[in-house]
Amino acid sequence: MSRTPAQIAADRARYEEHQRKGLDFAPQALPEASPLPATPIAAPIHEETIPGGWYWWTKLPKGEALRVQQSAGSPSVALVAWSAADPSERLNLPDTVKVQWNTRVQKGRVLFSDMGRVLLSIIEDSTGGAHDALMGGSTAASNAARYAGATRNTRDNLVLVAGKLGLTRRDIPMALSLFAPVRVEADGRLGWKPDLLHGSDYVDLRAEMDLFVGLSNCPHPLDPKPDYAPAAVTVTRYRPPDTAADLCRTATAEAIRGFENNVLAEV
Amino acid sequence: MRSETTAIQNHHIPAEAPWSGLVRQGQVIRIVDSEGQQAVDTIFYRADDFAERYSAQDTLRVQGSAYIGVGTQVISNEGNVMLTVVADSCGRHDTMAGACSCESNTVRFGHDTRYLHACRDNFLLEVTKHGMGKRDIVPNINFFMNVPIQASGEMTIVDGLSKPGDHVELRAEVDVLCVISNCPQVNNPCNGFNPTPIQVLIWEAGE
Repeated sequence: MSRTPAQIAADRARYEEHQRKGLDFAPQALPEASPLPATPIAAPIHEETIPGGWYWWTKLPKGEALRVQQSAGSPSVALVAWSAADPSERLNLPDTVKVQWNTRVQKGRVLFSDMGRVLLSIIEDSTGGAHDALMGGSTAASNAARYAGATRNTRDNLVLVAGKLGLTRRDIPMALSLFAPVRVEADGRLGWKPDLLHGSDYVDLRAEMDLFVGLSNCPHPLDPKPDYAPAAVTVTRYRPPDTAADLCRTATAEAIRGFENNVLAEV
Repeated sequence: MRSETTAIQNHHIPAEAPWSGLVRQGQVIRIVDSEGQQAVDTIFYRADDFAERYSAQDTLRVQGSAYIGVGTQVISNEGNVMLTVVADSCGRHDTMAGACSCESNTVRFGHDTRYLHACRDNFLLEVTKHGMGKRDIVPNINFFMNVPIQASGEMTIVDGLSKPGDHVELRAEVDVLCVISNCPQVNNPCNGFNPTPIQVLIWEAGE
């Protein structure tokens, strides 16, 4: 295919317009970080305490939310998700960060599937986006290099989650590490910014289609704590108020189009 | 630099087309951006066990940095080294921006861009030849694609740095299946808005 200079110029102008909106205008529309401490959930559907080092998975019907609440000493929590109707549709972090023009997942942003649809909306986030969409979780090898003795790791936890859902290691998507303040330095190095966390942070994620969500409660590979001593994390399923017009749905042109794809899939 | 005349394979891959082939342990694969500014979306699978495949997150964790370049060890989902980047005349390759798809194009650029050829359709056609399907299409490496990530998290595809003839070479540490989509995207600068051909060469170990 050979394209004319006029076609190329028109496509470039169109891209730069998308880019301006995505980089400059959209972030201003995002809400502030959620207040601390968290407002208690009035009517929990289920509450689970995941011990340090362990995993948990749950179905999460459309419209329900999951609060992930740290306690003192909680590590990062790795999250993966699949469509319950068709698990070949799953969390896609490259699409999530690319289409939203930002690797920072925060209140007002959404998590996309590989099919251009919204899986989860970040409806509360006390960290203001101190999560890691780049590097993922620990493995047996990364733990062995850091800690003495036997330790549980996120990769094995996610193999177990997938297996108990009838899936295999082929089905494990890139994981979003909550409460993992990873930032890219000017030289490309991946740095850990502990000041972005408050010690008792929480994130609430609302399902935008029927999902299976898997969590692993293990220290992140960049967590500088020398000892492996992850504390428990509390996860609560609840039904948030129906807020059809909340910022997750409307803050960006990309989210609006993603939700339009969700609607189309249900026709 | 290795001479084209001693290569055991020499493939000219048209603009927008997929390709796949085996690279044996010790062999070196060179991907040439023949005309410059052309993203080459690439996934590697272990040849004797396709369930072991390229993992962007494991690769970033092992190297502790966000971009692919000389010395990068290409790591699998089992934590094993699949290949090593041994030469690179470009200097910047991405592995966080994934591959374009008809579906993500609708979100990113508008619903009117759905019916444009996309990398994940290329990948799907190509992995199907090897008995795999959509669930095997994992986040890939984008050779010659320039996606700087700021400390603020801002991330955008900008003009590629590759000049005509720029190339990257990887040595296989195990037998791997290499699957390529010569990116057809015209909605962002990853191909200079003008997809062009690439070349893939393979040399025997020790060449």
